[in-house]
Amino acid sequence: MKDFLYMDGYAFFVWSAYAVVVVVMTANLIYPLRRRRRLLREISQQASQNGIDDTET
Amino acid sequence: MWTFFHKLSSPRYFYNLSGRWLPWLAWSAAALLLIGTYWGLVVAPPDYQQGDSYRIMYIHVPSAWMSLFVYMVMACAAFIGLVWKMKLAEVIAADCAPLGASFTAMALITGMLWGKPMWGTYWVWDARLTSELILLFLYLGMIGLRGAIENPRTAARACGVLTLVGVVNIPIIHYSVIWWSTLHQGPIISRFAKPSVDPSMLWPLFIMVIAFMLYFAAVLLLRARCQILARERGSAWVRDLAART
Amino acid sequence: MNQPRVLSAYMMLLRRDVTLAYRNRAELANPPLFFVLVVSLLPLGIGPDSALLGKIAPGAVWVVALLATLLSLDNIFRSDFEDGALELLLISPQPMPVLVLAKVTAHWLIAGLPLLIFALPLALMLYLPWRALPVLIATLALGTPVLSLIGAIGVALTVGLRRGGLLLALLVLPLYIPVLIFATSAVSAAAAGLPVSGQLAIMAALLILALTLAPLAAAAALRIALN
Repeated sequence: MKDFLYMDGYAFFVWSAYAVVVVVMTANLIYPLRRRRRLLREISQQASQNGIDDTET
Repeated sequence: MWTFFHKLSSPRYFYNLSGRWLPWLAWSAAALLLIGTYWGLVVAPPDYQQGDSYRIMYIHVPSAWMSLFVYMVMACAAFIGLVWKMKLAEVIAADCAPLGASFTAMALITGMLWGKPMWGTYWVWDARLTSELILLFLYLGMIGLRGAIENPRTAARACGVLTLVGVVNIPIIHYSVIWWSTLHQGPIISRFAKPSVDPSMLWPLFIMVIAFMLYFAAVLLLRARCQILARERGSAWVRDLAART
Repeated sequence: MNQPRVLSAYMMLLRRDVTLAYRNRAELANPPLFFVLVVSLLPLGIGPDSALLGKIAPGAVWVVALLATLLSLDNIFRSDFEDGALELLLISPQPMPVLVLAKVTAHWLIAGLPLLIFALPLALMLYLPWRALPVLIATLALGTPVLSLIGAIGVALTVGLRRGGLLLALLVLPLYIPVLIFATSAVSAAAAGLPVSGQLAIMAALLILALTLAPLAAAAALRIALN
């Protein structure tokens, strides 16, 4: 296990490379998921507000 | 075939269709990413010359390949959007740019981290890294142009023209950079271009390339769905969807 | 039947733009002045070592030529955009690519051609070997029109934007790279006494490609930006 982490002395390079890739790919995954949730929430809030406005006329 | 494209011009059809494809894409991407990474990091033997540092190849090569592949997807989508004025094509083209930029940045950073153990220096002006750097600038320019134009349809069409101008220019830029590097580079660096790789090391590479492509498809669909929701927020089906969730 | 009309439209637009530019003679001097000024900064920044300066001279002159062209690009469409003349050009019966070509020609005559004239004093200042000077002028003659043409595409894309300057640079500079590579290679080769016909041939090819495609792309971009 220690050999695995040590990567023949190249630990810093291999692990930082993989870390960068994991971070970027996770960020690209999370961003649209959160945006979708936020959008749907906004739209339903707007719709309920418009519904309230409509009933007041 | 054409009826499929006609149906795709309805954002709602695309939203539902992509919703059904997404789990397949996402889970197969995840599985292949895990298998490929494990195979590449643990199972594959260390290289006799580079030791374990070559394992960066398993994320560098797929990233570099994707940075080019995404541009091709973006160019096709831009072309379809310009010629047939298909909204979905414009949406896809828009979402390709940040993803392409991400892959290019990943390719550059992993390339630099691979370069240091291999050549002793983080940056070298060899043809591939220089071309990737220029590609990153092209993607950033695309993102900048899209952000600067307020009307989304005008922005999509302007970026479409820019993408097609890029399609003509990228081969020219690439070959001029290759030619330039042969003028200035010593023989040592050319070894980096294609080290001969043992088959036992190639399988995880194929798996990772396919995994990255599935990942790209999944994330692209996620982003496209968001854009569709935003663009169609006035319509009834979106409001129903929002009310239901 | 349409040929003389198209040609005369081209000449008229070209003459108009050059005349307009000439009325603002102070502005005319800006690109060449910038060119000379920045190149003069290089020895101040790098040191007066003649061997070193001679070595970087081709690249330095060309990079500064790129920047000088970039600065002057805005003029191609900006004033016509602001007073509505650009929309009139778009709805005129003449093909828009020809009109764009006229404006690009005017831009090159105003901003690109002077760079050739100033190549001589700059070659002096940077200790460029004498035998490279004709090739320097040849590369500038072949290359600056390409810079104007490709730049026109960038300006057409960003014409409506308020702070398009930096974005224009980001869009256009990567596209300039092949011209830069082949031009500087030609001048360096000439300085070393090596043959340059290959590089010049490629630059001529780039020029022809730009002449045929860039007006089309710029016209398309203008149509998009103004609709």
